[in-house]
Amino acid sequence: MHLMDGLVSGPVAVAAFAGSAAVCALALSRAEKNLGERQIPLLAVTASFVFAAQMLNFPVAAGTSGHFMGAALAAILLGPLNGVLVMALVLTIQCLAFGDGGITALGANVLNMGVVGAMGAYGVFRGLRWVLSDTRGGFLGAASVASWTSPVLASAACAFELSLSGTYPFFATLPAMTGVHAVIGIGEALITCVTLSAVLASRPDLVPGMMPAAQEA
Amino acid sequence: MKLGGFIVAALAVSVLLAVFGSPFASSSPDGLEKVAADQGFLEKASSAPAWSFAPAADYAVPGVGSAGVSTALAGLLGTLATFGAAWGFAKWVGRRKGQS
Repeated sequence: MHLMDGLVSGPVAVAAFAGSAAVCALALSRAEKNLGERQIPLLAVTASFVFAAQMLNFPVAAGTSGHFMGAALAAILLGPLNGVLVMALVLTIQCLAFGDGGITALGANVLNMGVVGAMGAYGVFRGLRWVLSDTRGGFLGAASVASWTSPVLASAACAFELSLSGTYPFFATLPAMTGVHAVIGIGEALITCVTLSAVLASRPDLVPGMMPAAQEA
Repeated sequence: MKLGGFIVAALAVSVLLAVFGSPFASSSPDGLEKVAADQGFLEKASSAPAWSFAPAADYAVPGVGSAGVSTALAGLLGTLATFGAAWGFAKWVGRRKGQS
């Protein structure tokens, strides 16, 4: 879903950049206080996993592919604002080093896949955690559904920016974008679920909100 | 499992995915590109990127003959660079703690 140069208009690109920069600034000031010594390697390895897994495009329909986004995984493991920082880092490296996503659209890409992707998914996750049972199954269920919503919400934001830019009307782009990302979201949910299961099996204490005792249930 | 061992194992999984998975990734257009092509606004995307200094554009390391090896190498370097950059970034954030 990396927007290329030219698809978002100047004003939309600037507004999106300002919006994502403001959230990143907030995330930075929070991280200064809350990012523990132990979380530094966890943040680094989460970013590297998100980068690697984003390279693995899988086919979703005839002539269409999708790839893991990782915002929900990062938000669940590190908290929503640290999740935004991880996504902003990965997207910036992809843009500058690999030409993936236009530099003029970087603000919009961070806004969609970082801010909306991580914070939206995290909101869904917390809501479901409240509803579902406080067990390993309830945790993974909440994480899976939240991961599915992550690319769907991001693609809706992307459609909104495209329409504000006058690129294409919202009523046509919204269903097309959310429709294909609803399919991609199944892959997102699977990868997040498998990854979190592996972390729970090896180091459950690294998963916030999962007490080691609850994993037996 | 010790934290250090966990981090090394997770980084190893990331590198293996990037190196051995990326050459087999689907090259079909992604969701956005597909919608853009279907709805006819893909042509509005600039043909030349505004940032033209990407050393490994399109996840291909220049000068490597085989496309698969080139992509795998880009995956290896990108995964390690992301790990290093994120570590340095998090350290930098932590260091600001004492100053503010």
